[in-house]
Amino acid sequence: MGEASVREPDGAGAEPGVRAGDGAVIATRALTKRYRGGQLAVDGLHLTVPEGSVFGFLGPNGSGKTTTIRMLMGLIEPTSGTAHVLGRPMPRSARAVLPHVGALIEGPALYGFLSGRDNLLRYDSADPTADPRTRRVRVAAALDRVGLTAAAGKKAKAYSLGMKQRLGLAAALLQPRRLLVLDEPTNGLDPQGMREIRTLVRALASDGITVFLSSHLLDEIEQVCTHAAVMAQGRLITQGPVADLAAGARGRLAVTTPDPADAARVLKEQGVADVVVAGDRVTGEAPERDLAEVNAALVTAGVRVRGFGVERASLEDAFVALTGEGFDVAG
Amino acid sequence: MSRAEAVRRASPLWTLGLFRSELLTTFRRWRTLALLGVLAAVPVLVGIAVRIETGDGSSAGGGGGGGPAFISQITNNGLFLVFTALAATLPFFLPMAVGVVAGDALAGEANAGTLRYLLVAPAGRTRLLFTKYAAVLVFCLVATLVVAVSALATGALLFPLGDLTTISGTRIGFSEGLVRALLIALVVAASLVGVAALGLFVSTLTSSGIAAMATTVGLLITVQIVGQIPQLHAVHPYLFSHYWLSFADLMREPVHWDDLTKNLGLQALYAAVFGSAAWARFTSKDITA
Repeated sequence: MGEASVREPDGAGAEPGVRAGDGAVIATRALTKRYRGGQLAVDGLHLTVPEGSVFGFLGPNGSGKTTTIRMLMGLIEPTSGTAHVLGRPMPRSARAVLPHVGALIEGPALYGFLSGRDNLLRYDSADPTADPRTRRVRVAAALDRVGLTAAAGKKAKAYSLGMKQRLGLAAALLQPRRLLVLDEPTNGLDPQGMREIRTLVRALASDGITVFLSSHLLDEIEQVCTHAAVMAQGRLITQGPVADLAAGARGRLAVTTPDPADAARVLKEQGVADVVVAGDRVTGEAPERDLAEVNAALVTAGVRVRGFGVERASLEDAFVALTGEGFDVAG
Repeated sequence: MSRAEAVRRASPLWTLGLFRSELLTTFRRWRTLALLGVLAAVPVLVGIAVRIETGDGSSAGGGGGGGPAFISQITNNGLFLVFTALAATLPFFLPMAVGVVAGDALAGEANAGTLRYLLVAPAGRTRLLFTKYAAVLVFCLVATLVVAVSALATGALLFPLGDLTTISGTRIGFSEGLVRALLIALVVAASLVGVAALGLFVSTLTSSGIAAMATTVGLLITVQIVGQIPQLHAVHPYLFSHYWLSFADLMREPVHWDDLTKNLGLQALYAAVFGSAAWARFTSKDITA
């Protein structure tokens, strides 16, 4: 079934994946998975991951993120709907698509009795498109890229969780990839390790690799991602550029003053809605008009102002606004 | 254009890399080595026991009555220890070892989570299944040869070697005897093909390596018990162990091929049936581990 097209027939630059005019690296249509127990894990998902993006995939535990990733990787058959990765249907085209995809799914899994290097050699030999003549060189390069060269000869069972995570990442980087799917890549890493992973992700993205990154850390998504999607209870709540998502929740005007009561009165007069006083801080929804005038009005009214500005809405605000609940609530 | 460079032209031979990796992984597992160690110890124990028992000049097995096949002949010719050891390990030790390795083949990978990474590599489900089965068959052969070689070494050390008498009463030279021993080892290894397929099928059913190993070994014991119950003789010809001891027919002159071919046919049938079942199951399974 379509095996002939697995081997690229010519070098005419015809990539197997992206069709002309189709910029989506991942595209799902009404993707649904109902497990045998009747549990609806993913419900009618329409997900579009643009090429070249760093795509954050957000959602509390049990929201269907991992099931979605497993369907994209051909590990789970969808109940209904379609999933296209690199322009080809999954899981049918797994053999053509997956060599171009590096994946870290639900944490690393290693052969404890093999060294880190031998683990990578095994995973690489599982890929029928991987050239055995360059295997050792590529493994060494991948180990170097995640900073594990010194520990490459140690048995994997002696690795710390952070080292295992790095080795899992190295496995995803054994070949030049077009898409990286990273499920919670900074899990178990110390802050230094997290920074390194973020740097690595940015470097990969600047090479033109699309990165699909699931995380429960909102600030991580904000720091690294260009686009994001939010899932809750198997449904996609929203997706789009991170800046748009954050802008969806309007920023709040915050005034720091020793005269909060007067400030609150003036702000209301100036048309600021939802004014909240907390200690010496007064906040409210930023009005449409020029904020300089609002500030001038405060000063004219004799309110002493220590600080004045709009706090940009965070992704967390956006998330709470979208789901009406905190992020850590398990679905 | 960097995109064009990313296009990789795969050689069909590269697909064998997974088989090589599978063999390395299997034989570097501590468990595999321990199983082979136990199998190597059996002929040594049998040899020493026969040696001690016959130290006073009496023949082993109380004059040829009990014990595994050929045991009474060991004192005359150490080569018979090979046949005795294979006859002693074939009913249980060898298939148990194969059951452990085959049962763990996929379930163990699922248990460790490495299965999902092999599949996204992408190993390909059919390719991975064939590779696993091929590696288990190699283990069958290696396990049998370990028993045979250990028995030959022990026999050569403890007993005289030389021309031997076949079951039919004719005499054959020692080198001819060695060829027969090798043939018997190959037939014994081939007798394990059915258990290997059964174990691999069980391995596709669960994500727990221990459960798959226990189930396979449990099935083996059940089959052996059913094979012992005369009232169930109607099903006996369909049990994978029914013709196992037919390898002794290779020690006849001329060789009786009837049961030998029936054995090989039955093993092929088991391999086909359970191999297909394993394929049907594994290629359609949701990998959630």
